[in-house]
Amino acid sequence: MATPAVSSAVSSQRARAQRTLRWELLSQLVRKDLKIKYQGSALGFTWSLANPLLMMGIYYLIFGVVLSNGIPGFAIYIMCGLLPWMAFSAAVAAASGSVLGNAGLVKKVRFPLEVLPLSAVGYALVHFVLQLGVLVVVSFVYRQDISPAFLLLVPATALLVLFATALSYLVAALNVRYRDTAHVVEIALMVWFWLNPVLYQSTLVKGHLQGLFWLYFLNPMATVVTTFQRAIFVKDTYVDSTGATRHILADPGYLFYARNLAIGFAIAGLAFYLARRVFVRLQADFAEEL
Amino acid sequence: MSAPVIVAQGVSKRFVTHRQRATSLKERIVTRRSVTDGEFWALRDLDVSIGAGETVGLIGPNGAGKSTTLKILAGILRPTTGQVEVHGRIASLLELGAGFNGELTGRENIFLNAALLGLSRREVTVLLDSIIAFSEQEQRIDDPVKHYSSGEYVKLAFSIAVHVDPEVLLVDEVLAVGDEAFQRKCLAKIEEFQQAGKTILLVTHSLDLVERLCTRGIVVDKGRVQYDGDPAFAVGTLRKILGTDKEEGAPEEQTPTGGAFIHGAVISAQPGGPRAERLKAGEAAHVRIDIEVLAGAATVPTSVAAVVMGAGDIPIFSMRTADAQALPASPGRYLVDFRVERLPPLNGGFVLATQVDDPVTGQLVAVRRFDDAVWVESGTAPGLLDVATQATVQQR
Repeated sequence: MATPAVSSAVSSQRARAQRTLRWELLSQLVRKDLKIKYQGSALGFTWSLANPLLMMGIYYLIFGVVLSNGIPGFAIYIMCGLLPWMAFSAAVAAASGSVLGNAGLVKKVRFPLEVLPLSAVGYALVHFVLQLGVLVVVSFVYRQDISPAFLLLVPATALLVLFATALSYLVAALNVRYRDTAHVVEIALMVWFWLNPVLYQSTLVKGHLQGLFWLYFLNPMATVVTTFQRAIFVKDTYVDSTGATRHILADPGYLFYARNLAIGFAIAGLAFYLARRVFVRLQADFAEEL
Repeated sequence: MSAPVIVAQGVSKRFVTHRQRATSLKERIVTRRSVTDGEFWALRDLDVSIGAGETVGLIGPNGAGKSTTLKILAGILRPTTGQVEVHGRIASLLELGAGFNGELTGRENIFLNAALLGLSRREVTVLLDSIIAFSEQEQRIDDPVKHYSSGEYVKLAFSIAVHVDPEVLLVDEVLAVGDEAFQRKCLAKIEEFQQAGKTILLVTHSLDLVERLCTRGIVVDKGRVQYDGDPAFAVGTLRKILGTDKEEGAPEEQTPTGGAFIHGAVISAQPGGPRAERLKAGEAAHVRIDIEVLAGAATVPTSVAAVVMGAGDIPIFSMRTADAQALPASPGRYLVDFRVERLPPLNGGFVLATQVDDPVTGQLVAVRRFDDAVWVESGTAPGLLDVATQATVQQR
């Protein structure tokens, strides 16, 4: 008989092997999606920049030029919020159909089903990292220095991934039973976009909410967006058309972001825990409900 | 039987038909919990224990619950009641190429599909050449699989699946693929698995395959196990369920006149001995039929016959009383004994059909069939017939 120490070593080894397999499967799935998307396309990955650039161009024209909000470097400001938001919404929207879209697989092959929503997140993340790289280079050229604020990108991205993963688990599982979920998600994301200071300054919200400004950051994505702006965007103040000095960033310091990130991680962590439980609970019936 | 690898206890599966299920939020809110009248039981009280190294053929008519059983054992479906335990790495081939993506090349699909089936990247790299070689797709491996013929597609999928090297293999009607040469390769691979002591559970409509390959047959019909045991007899049982045991256009059965009643028929090892459970091919056997000639019967004299039938009610051999030994016409109980010199070298379960008739007019007097099978184990000599032969050895 194996001693407990040996058997636990064996089982932990097995668990590690299982985890490795999951990661490999996940990377295979993401790779598959990328290959299929860019197969035979001459520009390949460059296309993934086209969408955010086009959106940015439109927003810049409307808000920066037509409505002339006067924010200097507004194009970069937009990108700071737009990129993480687009990654988030792309991940969640794709995840909502991830189990349903792989019905043939789910019904015929036994594999860890959670790789399906995770691959939606992974796919969005690959594009995000690429786009972010371009943004960082451009903004570096623009601001001409290396700021320690760039480091904020790390926890902000981590929060983005954690929260996107949580919601992806949830909507992927719910959409199997309630096919309306995908439609609800689509609309909710459109509304949710405006709850983040992508095209306006969070300081405007601060003016309205005053002491309740923290409520705004119960939305982890608002934290992600403002932290990205703090990390990449350089100017905090500008003089508007009336001659008044206005703040662009939610806060020029770091503590503010540390606090918001803490709140964000707590909320996203709880959401992750609950959403994964929902997924694990519902997944036993996926094959039947599809 | 060695330690069970698959144990299913009291497994039932209920499906709620799609129309009735609330799949939208609105329905869920309006109708509260879905009405449960549109349900059906695909599987009822399945109790199965399969040991290591067994090759089990799971057969039954369409919609009998075979695939449901396989999916439950594979862990894809959750049983409504009951428990399933499977020990060891399990691979299920419910559909070949289920994870294939047409846009990807054969090579890329190997990596993707193998990852789905639980192989690590390193394992796939090692096995890659072998997988490609077995699939016979060396020339096309870097073409997108959407350009493959259905045979090529399935060959590649099967090749990946058999390289997963599971301890338990669940196969759903996927062996009948490819050309004959490839089918032979598939069967050779299955036999290789058998020799390696792996457990195989096979769902198939190819009944010959069950008799050839399996060590055990399970017949499922209407969600219940109808028979579990010898594969040849399982096949016979299924043919009876399907109604394919009788030949098309067989003459209408005669109605016996009822001048006699067959009380019993027993196959035993000793003359007049108790019913034998198992007999050995090549040995003698005795058949005793207990008949009562009823008073006031019109048809006399009568002869007694018995047919020993194998799987699928195929007549194996028959026996009949000689003309001089006709059943007496006077009412009373009679025992008719037959001696079978040597049982034919056939493996499987046999049933006995008996009849009393008039050999001249062909008029049936009484018929009765005895389904409690006797099992005959064949010896080592292969063949259908036990023909008397003599051997001499001489120097040239």
